[in-house]
Order: sequence, then C-alpha cells, then structure tokens
Amino acid sequence: MSGHVFHPDHEALHGITVVLDTADGRTIVGRYHDAEGGVVKLHDVAIYVAGAVSREDYLRRTLKFGVRTEHKFLAVPTAAVRGITPLGELAP
Amino acid sequence: MPYPPALVAPMRDEMTSMGAQELTTPSAVDDALGDPKRSTLVFVNSVCGCSASNARPALQMALAHAVKPQHVVTVFAGQDVDATARARQYFGEYQPSSPSVALLCDGEVVHFIHRHQIEGRPPEAIAADLMAAFDKYCGAAV
Repeated sequence: MSGHVFHPDHEALHGITVVLDTADGRTIVGRYHDAEGGVVKLHDVAIYVAGAVSREDYLRRTLKFGVRTEHKFLAVPTAAVRGITPLGELAP
Repeated sequence: MPYPPALVAPMRDEMTSMGAQELTTPSAVDDALGDPKRSTLVFVNSVCGCSASNARPALQMALAHAVKPQHVVTVFAGQDVDATARARQYFGEYQPSSPSVALLCDGEVVHFIHRHQIEGRPPEAIAADLMAAFDKYCGAAV
C-alpha cells in the first residue's frame, strides 16, 4: 500500500524540513538534502532576519503556515552550522 | 519536470481507490472547491517516498472514521502543475508543500497538515490528527 519510495538510502535527515542555525546568528528553514562536499544542501529555503518579529514567533508562524520559500536551493558551509533541528520537533 | 505517467500511476491509484476525486485541471479544481457549503478535504499528492508514502495510508485510515468530510479530492504536485497551483489559491496563507492536506469548511481552511507535520511520523499518528480535525469540523457522521 505504501511502498512507493523514490529515494531510499539517503541520510536520516534527507527530505526532512529542518531549522538550521549558523555561527553568524542566522536561522534558516528548509528541506534537508545532504551534507556532502563541505556544505549542507537545503531546498525550498526561508531565512529568518532579526527585526520586528522574534525568532520564536517566526518559527511559530512557520509551524502553522509553512515555509515561505525565498530560495529554491541553498548550500551552507558545514563549518558554519551550529545546529540542525527538524522543524516538526519544535511543535508544542 | 513531471515523472513518467506510468511511474506515478500507482500513487494516483492509491488515492482514487480510497475514494478521492482526482483533479487534473484548474477548472476541475474550481468545480470541486467553488462550493463553499460543503466540507472538502484536499490531499496534495507527491512522489516523495519520505513523506507521501506515509501520508496516503494515513488518509485512507482516517477516511474509515465515522465522521469525515463530505468531499475528498486530490491534486498531484509536480505532475498536474496547473491544477495544484489553482488548489493552492484556495489555501490562503498556508504555504505550498507536498504532500500536504487541507480541510476546507465554508470556503475556509480550518485545518492544514504540512509536509513537516508528516515527515517521519507513522501513518497512525497522522491519521489520528486527521480524525480529530474531522470530529471538530465535519460535524455529524455521514
């Protein structure tokens, strides 16, 4: 019934929507592809920019309404990554 | 670029076999979603093995519940591109993702399950979310 799998044998996070925090303070939300070649690759990416909305409110809104895609693809240097958390794990 | 039709046919069949009406054109979407008086569930199908392979069985389980939407339809993201884009116009602020599920009542999205709420979860858990939404928004058993 559910055996239609197109891309098995990837990393555990492959295909998972994650929140990626960087050393320079950015919060990036996107669908994880892989971490090869010294970069973490993400699809359908939104980047939180500090301002009128707090990071917590931004993520709360993203949980409710989804990722407002700004970049179809983004590669983040692995050395700049401080943490990766599945977005779904942030749900209350 | 869409996958070859033969490759995605089992994924379409999985939906129609559980009673979902497949919408492949924008006009079909408008016909189905243009009547705000009934409750309609829209399943945005996907070839994604990570998530759609859990979401489709979840919906099938949920549709066995005593309370359910009056109408169940499906569009196929990446395959029926225009129909999917049109369906998403009915989703208001909810951002595109696939697979995803929208429950509309009186023309408004009252419950939405994004891809990130499907990823890594067993079908039983997703079905439980759907059935809770059916109980809350779809009223008496049909």
